[in-house]
Amino acid sequence: MATRQTASLARLMRAPAIILLLIWMIVPLGMTLYYSFLNYNLLNPTGTSWAGWFNYQYFYSDPAFFDAIWNTLALVLGVLTITVVGGIAIALLIDKPIFGQGIVRILVISPFFVMPPVAALIWKNMIMHPSYGVFADIARFFGAQPVDWFAQFPLTSIIIIVAWQWLPFATLILLTALQSLDGEQMEAAEMDGAGSLSRFIHLTLPHMARAITVVILIQTIFLLGIYAEILVTTNGGPGNASTNLTYLIYRAARLNFDIGGAAAGGIIAVILANIVAVFLMRAVGKNLD
Amino acid sequence: MARAVSTRTRIGYTAAAWFVALLIFFPILYTIITSLKTEQEAISGFSLIPSFTLSSFEAVQTQNDYWKPFTNSVILSVGSTILALIVAIPAAWAMAFSPTKNTKNILMWMLSTKMMPAVAVLVPIYLIFLRTGLMDTRIGLTVMLMLINLPIVVWMLYTYFREIPGEILEAARMDGASLKDEILYVLTPMAVPGIASTMLLNVILAWNEAFWTIQLTTTNAAPLSAFIASFSSPQGLFWAKLSAASVMAIAPILIMGWFSQKQLVRGLTFGAVK
Amino acid sequence: MNTTLRALLGATALCAIGGAAIAQDKTTLTIATVNNGDMIRMQSLTSDFTEANPDIELEWVTLEENILRERVTTDIATNGGQYDVLTIGTYEVPIWANQDWLTPLNELPEGYDVDDLVPAVRDALSVDDTLYAAPFYAESAMVMYRTDLAEAAGVTIPDNPTWTDITAAAKAMTDKDNEVYGICLRGKPGWGENMAFLTAMANSYGARWFDMEWAPQFDSPEWQATLTDYLTLMNEYGPPGASSNGFNENLSLFQQGKCGMWIDATVAASFVTDPEDSTVADSVSFAQFPNKEGVDNHGNWLWAWNLAIPASSQKQDAAKTFVAWATSKEYTNMVAEAEGWRAAPPGTRTSLYENAEYQEAAPFAAMTLESINAADTQKSSVQDIPYTGGQFVAIPEFQGIGTAVGQTFSAALAGQMSAEDALAAAQSTTTREMTRAGYPK
Repeated sequence: MATRQTASLARLMRAPAIILLLIWMIVPLGMTLYYSFLNYNLLNPTGTSWAGWFNYQYFYSDPAFFDAIWNTLALVLGVLTITVVGGIAIALLIDKPIFGQGIVRILVISPFFVMPPVAALIWKNMIMHPSYGVFADIARFFGAQPVDWFAQFPLTSIIIIVAWQWLPFATLILLTALQSLDGEQMEAAEMDGAGSLSRFIHLTLPHMARAITVVILIQTIFLLGIYAEILVTTNGGPGNASTNLTYLIYRAARLNFDIGGAAAGGIIAVILANIVAVFLMRAVGKNLD
Repeated sequence: MARAVSTRTRIGYTAAAWFVALLIFFPILYTIITSLKTEQEAISGFSLIPSFTLSSFEAVQTQNDYWKPFTNSVILSVGSTILALIVAIPAAWAMAFSPTKNTKNILMWMLSTKMMPAVAVLVPIYLIFLRTGLMDTRIGLTVMLMLINLPIVVWMLYTYFREIPGEILEAARMDGASLKDEILYVLTPMAVPGIASTMLLNVILAWNEAFWTIQLTTTNAAPLSAFIASFSSPQGLFWAKLSAASVMAIAPILIMGWFSQKQLVRGLTFGAVK
Repeated sequence: MNTTLRALLGATALCAIGGAAIAQDKTTLTIATVNNGDMIRMQSLTSDFTEANPDIELEWVTLEENILRERVTTDIATNGGQYDVLTIGTYEVPIWANQDWLTPLNELPEGYDVDDLVPAVRDALSVDDTLYAAPFYAESAMVMYRTDLAEAAGVTIPDNPTWTDITAAAKAMTDKDNEVYGICLRGKPGWGENMAFLTAMANSYGARWFDMEWAPQFDSPEWQATLTDYLTLMNEYGPPGASSNGFNENLSLFQQGKCGMWIDATVAASFVTDPEDSTVADSVSFAQFPNKEGVDNHGNWLWAWNLAIPASSQKQDAAKTFVAWATSKEYTNMVAEAEGWRAAPPGTRTSLYENAEYQEAAPFAAMTLESINAADTQKSSVQDIPYTGGQFVAIPEFQGIGTAVGQTFSAALAGQMSAEDALAAAQSTTTREMTRAGYPK
């Protein structure tokens, strides 16, 4: 059905979005690339000069660099695991016939509507605070010493907060995938004597593959860029325990006002993100067809 | 799934589901409760029963007017969403119905435009905004938010459109429908739920954006993210006040989300519904 | 074109003064402020200003400290001109003044009485004897302690304590079973958080950040002693989770009666003695920032929030009028009238401390003034130093370096590394950053 006419019409329809995104990609990318080769500190604009590869070398040789890469991966994988596994479990649960299903769903998706900095503030001050947080109150109730989350388990704490924010997104998508599952097929399998576990593995999971893929792809893109939650809670510490790549760039750009260094970091981040994306597409991309 | 379940299992599921739901909702609930406490109560240990004072809300409102940033938030999130839809619907449509070899690559490339960390490009963008006079204008930020979320919008619409069965089109064509009829009477009704839910999701994403909306505004275009930034970590402890400000910032979008929950669930299927 | 416009605006302002003002020429000032209590109060009192200056309208941008600093720095460095009045700290003033980003405040209106400004604060805000920002409120650091706990433990804290006195008192007052900790100090990483305190403490130990060739000094015995003693104090007598405690966290701990002593900014005194918020309001006393025996240095902590006018603002005259109003004696009187003398912005004017009513309402007044006066930001260490600044080093690179070093010290406090490792890490990070920035300059 793709005649020449419809093909050119299609091209015309795609064009605005592609052109806009192309501009939106090229202009900042080009400027960032340019700045990444400059010694350019915002607080000392007169000292601007050509830097060659120095900014890259400097960013790469930062003692926190490899910690940051590791933390970035841990953060992404941790949150993905929690949200996908948790999302499937919750979707299965609230898909069951329960009283007050509507309200339960509303409660479950609510965290998605909370701005990231607000979410971080809530968790930091009211839930995980070692003196006034709810967790501390619970610990004291059982006579235990309250855990100082952000000092003892900084990265875990951030993973918990971010997972809380993204769990609703995963749940929503997985829930709707689940709802389209063929009930008759399920019953047939049940009558054939398939246990609930084997039904889940052989019917439910394959059915949700595409939804899971979408969750993983979209979330990964967002999770690679997380920094607001870190800034509000741990400032990347103690030490570098919760510094990820984006936070490292933030530190260069907003604390040191080192525009050249931050630009180099940005380019490195884009390259690494693309590697992750290619890897992901190889791994799960076929589920999208 | 209309299989009969015994009341006992049903109660069991209900209890488990409510437990999980309340657990997830608890941080928000506790924020709402704290916003109704006095500052003294807020730091004096765990309590689910506040004194129901509205003083924190009053304090927040006298310190910073709520309505201007609220209006800006509405304009920015709705405006950027409409703009994004205008650009994205034809694109997603074309990719879904006349796919080429490159369609999947183009989609992936679109997502990849979101990979550049915003902090790394702030200074270039700041300079562009200054030179073009877009700084602290609603129009500048609307375009900005549109560009940020455009890839997600295209993605969602594409995956949704992909599920509209091609056979229906062919059937319509055989009945002698013109292209115009095809779009108007066959495709549009099927596409509307997907568009609606994309719209909702994008409004939420735009509402919650808290980097550019703070860095590129001063007074005229500053939305609720900037409003919140004027209450976080002051010198002294004002948790009730911070909670009240948080509640004010998230309440509109929360309420909107609650009312449109069904629509959101339906549209977010990414094609799983047939 | 810029100058033409500025000249035009200047002419407009002149017309206004000449009484030929036409209502349509309203000047709108955009004022960036930090969200601290004193600044919020100013916003509620501005009707007095707008009534006296009907041709000036005020627009406020209130932001949290870190976001404000990012926002305002980007704008001033790119010559953005988005703000007409900035709220900035003592750290920024000399750095920005040297870049010619700030308008000198040498033609303040008559009756402003510049000589009334507390000398230490005025010095910190001047470059080559020219004032570049007007102080809104100022603070030093001091010891706040619980008289009841000290008495029960049988210790007395002298007005000028040494670190030995502090350690002894902390030991005596600690009662962990009842959640009473001898001493609370900042541990949260950040150049304005734990490093503000640790830099001041290091000063009082005779340490310095850099030698005259700008080489970092974390390998010196003075820094070694500072960090070791700090860790000992906090591990033995401090509250749990101290590595995430900043000003606010310690404030609440102290207000709840969980700290015997707290060494921090003098502004905290008005919070902890406020019976509305503090459970220990009537049993708090004050002492000067400690020093090490034989080192004549009390930390030299000095901070002020100040109003400054960016050179890029197109509304210089109106902005100057506003800055003068907000930092005047009349403003202080107005606050006192509206909310009592306790609420008066502290630390900036000598006349406030000579006011009997203020002295009576604020028991901490004498010690606050003494602490501020004792702070020398031009020479904060007993050794020779190439930099200025008290609890910070007034170079642009310090925000980044201070925060990175603060991270390692915070990790040491959390028990993740030893004092030696933390100092070595601090030394190498600082060396790295300073080399990049091209020091020695």
